[in-house]
Amino acid sequence: MAVKTLFVDPSRCIGCRACEAACRECDSHKGESMVMVDFVNREVSVATQPTVCMHCEDPLAPCAQVCPVMAILITPEGVVQQAEPSRCIGCRNCVYACPFGVPKFDVQARLMKKCNLCYDRTSQDLKPWCAQACPTQALWYGDYEEFMNQRQGHPVNVTSFGEQSVRTRVYQVLPQETPRLDLVAMLEARSQTAHSSGQPKEEAWVL
Amino acid sequence: MSVNKDFFQPDRAFNYDFESAGKPATGWRAADRVPEALVPTHCAFCGVQCGMNLRVLDGQVIGVEPRDFPHNRGSLCPKGVVAYQQVNHPDRLRYPMMRRGGKGGRLERASWDEALDYIVSRWQQIQAEHGKDAVAIYSGSSMTNEKCYIMGKFARVGLGTRHVDYNGRLCMSSAAVAYARAFGVDRAPLPMTDIPLTDCMLAVGVNVGECFPIMMQWIWRARDKGASLIVIDPRETPLARTADLWLPVRPGTDIAVLNAMLRQLIVDGLIDEEYLRARTNGWEEVRASVEPFTLEFAEKHSGVPAKNILAAARLYGRAARSLVMHARGIEHSTHGVNNCLACINLALARGQLGKPGSGCMMVTGQGNGQGGREVGQKANQLPGYRHIDVPEDRDYIANVWGIPVDELPWEGAAATEMIHLMADGEIRSCMIVCSNPMVSLPDNRVVQQALERIDPLIVVDFFLSETAELADIILPGTVWCEDEGTTTNLEGRVIKINQAADPPGEALQDWKIVTELAKRLGRGKFFPFESVSDIWNEYRVASKGGVSDYYGITWEKIDEQGGVFWPCPSLDHPGTPRLFTERFGHPDGKARMFPIPYAPPAEEPGGDYPFCLTTGRVVYHYLSGNQTRRLGFLNDQAPEPWVEIHPQAAAKLGIVNDEIVRVRTPRFAMEVKALVVPTIRPDTLFIPYHYGHERSVNQLTNPAVEPNVKIPEYKACAATVEKLNAPAVSPGTDGVIENFTPENAPRMFPYTIGETKDQPAKDAKTF
Repeated sequence: MAVKTLFVDPSRCIGCRACEAACRECDSHKGESMVMVDFVNREVSVATQPTVCMHCEDPLAPCAQVCPVMAILITPEGVVQQAEPSRCIGCRNCVYACPFGVPKFDVQARLMKKCNLCYDRTSQDLKPWCAQACPTQALWYGDYEEFMNQRQGHPVNVTSFGEQSVRTRVYQVLPQETPRLDLVAMLEARSQTAHSSGQPKEEAWVL
Repeated sequence: MSVNKDFFQPDRAFNYDFESAGKPATGWRAADRVPEALVPTHCAFCGVQCGMNLRVLDGQVIGVEPRDFPHNRGSLCPKGVVAYQQVNHPDRLRYPMMRRGGKGGRLERASWDEALDYIVSRWQQIQAEHGKDAVAIYSGSSMTNEKCYIMGKFARVGLGTRHVDYNGRLCMSSAAVAYARAFGVDRAPLPMTDIPLTDCMLAVGVNVGECFPIMMQWIWRARDKGASLIVIDPRETPLARTADLWLPVRPGTDIAVLNAMLRQLIVDGLIDEEYLRARTNGWEEVRASVEPFTLEFAEKHSGVPAKNILAAARLYGRAARSLVMHARGIEHSTHGVNNCLACINLALARGQLGKPGSGCMMVTGQGNGQGGREVGQKANQLPGYRHIDVPEDRDYIANVWGIPVDELPWEGAAATEMIHLMADGEIRSCMIVCSNPMVSLPDNRVVQQALERIDPLIVVDFFLSETAELADIILPGTVWCEDEGTTTNLEGRVIKINQAADPPGEALQDWKIVTELAKRLGRGKFFPFESVSDIWNEYRVASKGGVSDYYGITWEKIDEQGGVFWPCPSLDHPGTPRLFTERFGHPDGKARMFPIPYAPPAEEPGGDYPFCLTTGRVVYHYLSGNQTRRLGFLNDQAPEPWVEIHPQAAAKLGIVNDEIVRVRTPRFAMEVKALVVPTIRPDTLFIPYHYGHERSVNQLTNPAVEPNVKIPEYKACAATVEKLNAPAVSPGTDGVIENFTPENAPRMFPYTIGETKDQPAKDAKTF
C-alpha cells in the first residue's frame, strides 16, 4: 500500500513561513508551531530550509526509545507522536536523542513538543497543515509514486551520520542530478592551480 | 556565538516559540473549539485572492481551513493563514472619532450622526465657496468591486467633483495603460492555471516568491515539466535563486536588456513573421527601433554581462511556448508604460499572445487591483473601462446613473497630482478610503504637509493608519470578511467574498457610510442600495457593453464555476479565461506594437550619491503594512525595515551586518539596520517599504512620475549609505544625474477639459 508522507524540497523553499503560520492552526497544538524555517546561511544566499519531524523508521524513533516513561507513542502507521502530556516528565532525553534536532522543550509547560504529522488530519486522509499551505509545495504530502510522477528531484529517506544511518518516513528531496564529488581529486586540483596561477579566477556575474 | 535552540525561551530573537506571537481575538483556547460553520471566501492580501474557508463559531471567526479553489489548490501564504486575526483585533477602530478642537486637537469619540453631519456641512460650505472640485475622494483598491464602484459614483454623483482617484495609481497604472495601448484590453490574457503549459518563463521585475507566493506552485509545475526560468531583477530573490538564468540588472534599465533580447531574436531568426503580419501593426517600426540595441549597448547600461543577455535571448527565443511575467519592478518607473510595452513587443515578436500558456502576463499586486481599476474610481475613467472623455461613454453612464450628462464631471487629477493640489489649496477637503498615502506615496514629508492643509481630512479605515493619525474625522470601516461582494483577481477572475462576521462596535461597511453621506448631501435617490447585491446589479448594467463587461456575471455563476473571467457579456456566457485567441481588443482586431526608446531613470547615481536605491516588499507584509504590522506572527518576522548592501560595498564603507547606518538621498535621510548580503548588486541598495513614520523608505524616494499615468518611480533613485558617526550633511543634490528638468518633467494637472494626457492614450481610450 502506498504510504503517504511528507517530501521536503528545500530548493523550492522561499522562506515565507506559511508552514509555521499554518502549523499554529492545527487543532492538536493550537497556536504553537512545530515546524521551523531557517536561513541556511543568509550571509551567502536567500536559501531557506524547513525542518519537520522526520518520523524515524529504522532505528525506530530514537526519541521514543530513550523516553524513560514511554510518553512518546508511535502509531501503527509509523507516525511518531508528541510526548503524551500526562506522562512526560520533562527529562529532555528525547531532545538530546533526536538526530535532527526536532523536539523542543517548553520550559514553562515542562513538556516536550514536536510535530505529529497533523495526526488529526492525516488519519482522515487530509494533508498536514504545513504541506497544505506551502505555496511552493516545498513541503509536499503524498506517496512516493505520485511524487515521482509529478515532480522533479530525487527523494531520499536515508540520512547518514558517520557510520550510523537513519531511515525516515519523511523524504528529503535532493536535486535531480547528484554528481558524486571526488573531493580528494578536487582539492588536489585546486591546490595545483593555486600553486601555479594564484587564486582561481571567478567569472564576473555583474558589471 | 552559538545559541542552544533546543529550549524555548520567551523573547528570544528566533521564533521556534510556542504561543508568543499574535493570536486570534478569541485566544487560542477558544479557537480550538469545533466551528459551527465554514464560510467559503478568499484571502484579502494580494492579487492572487486565494480561496479559504473561515471557521465561524458564535458569530466569531476563530480560524481558517484550506479551500480547494482552482487557482490556489488549498495553499495559503503566511499572510493568508493569519488574515482572519484582523477580525475583532484589539486595534480595530470601533466608533467614529473627530477632532472637535480643530487641527492639533485630540481625537474624541463621536456619534455617527455628529460625524456625518459635520462632514456634510463642511463639504457643502467648501463646495459653495470654492466650487465642486474643492472636495476630493482618494480611494483604494484593496476592497470589493462594489465598494470601489460606489466610491467613483459617490464622487461624481454625490459630490459632483472631478477629483477622484485611487491607490492603484501607485501600483499598476503603467501596465494597465500599456496593455490598453497594445491590445485594447487591460487584463492578464491568461489564467495562472495555464502557466504549466509554457516552456520558458521570463520574469521581469516580479518577486513572485515574496509578493505572490501562491503563484510559485504554478511556476514550479511548469518547471517540473521542464520549462526554463529567466529572472531579470537587481536582487537575488527566492525566485531568482533557483532560476536557470538570473540577469542582475541595474534598476530602471530594463528596456536596454529587453530591446537587446528582441534584437537578438531578429539576428537569430527567431521571429514569427507570419504571426506579426497577420495579427499586429507596427512591427517594422519596432524592428528598426531595436537595431541600435546591441548586446554591448545593453551591457553598458544595464550592467549585465552581454553573454548572459545573449543566453537569455536564445533560451527565451527557442522555446515553443514562452511567457513573460512582469510586475512592479518595471512598472514603478518614470518609463513604466514603455517597460511593459517592451515586454509585450518580445512576446508579440515570438507570436505568443493568444496561445495557451504563453504570451505576456502582468501580475497585479493589490487584493482587488484588477477590479478596482475597471469600476470607475480612476481619474479618467467610468465603469466598465469607459473613458470619461468619450461622449458615448459619458451618455451611457449618465443614463445608468440617472443624471443629466452635463452634470457628469470631466477628468480629474491622478492620486500623485492630488497631493500637489492639496498642498496648493485647490483641494480643501478629502476623504481617504482604504488607503495609506503617508506610507505609500513617495517623498512623504511633502504628503504630510499637503494632508495637514486639508480641513477636514476624513479617513475611512479599520485600523489607525499613519494617514488616519492626521485625520480630522475617522470613520470605522470593515475588514474584508465582515462584508460580502466580489473582487477580480490578477487573472481577471471575478470571485465572491462572503461575510463571516459582523463589524465590531459601531463600525460600518464602507458602502453604507457612503450611502449615508449621499443621503445627507441630498443625493440619496441616486444611492438606493439596500444590500451589496443591489450595487453589484447596478454595476453589471453600468459595465454592460464596456471593455470589461460584467453583465453576465451573477453571484450564482461565480459559485457554480469557481469564479468567472470577464468579459462575460450575457447571462448564458461562461466568461473568457483566455483572451486574444482570435483577435485583440482594438477595432481592427490587431495588436499594436510601439518602438520603445531607452530612457534612464529620472535620477541616476553620481557624485555624493553613488548607489541606486530600490524599494520593494517582504513576504510577511502587505502594502503599507497597516494590517500586517498588527498581526503578531507576521510582524515578528519583519518588525522593522533594513537596507540590503552587497559585502563589497559594505567592506569599502566599513559597514558590518546588523549595524545601524544612515541612508541618504537628495530628499532626506533615515537610519536603518544594515543587512550585508551578496544577493544584491554591489551598486544597489534595497529597503522594504511597508513601514511608517521615521521607518518609511518613502521619505527618501523620488516623487518623479511617468508622464502618462503619473506612477511614481519607487524603484530607482540616487542614494548613499554611511556610518552613523559620519558628519551629518543636509541633503543636497551634489553630483546626482537628474534626467528630469523643469522643461521636460511630466506636465501635471490641470489639463484642459476634454483633453487626455497625450495622443496615443487618447487613441486607446480604454484605460
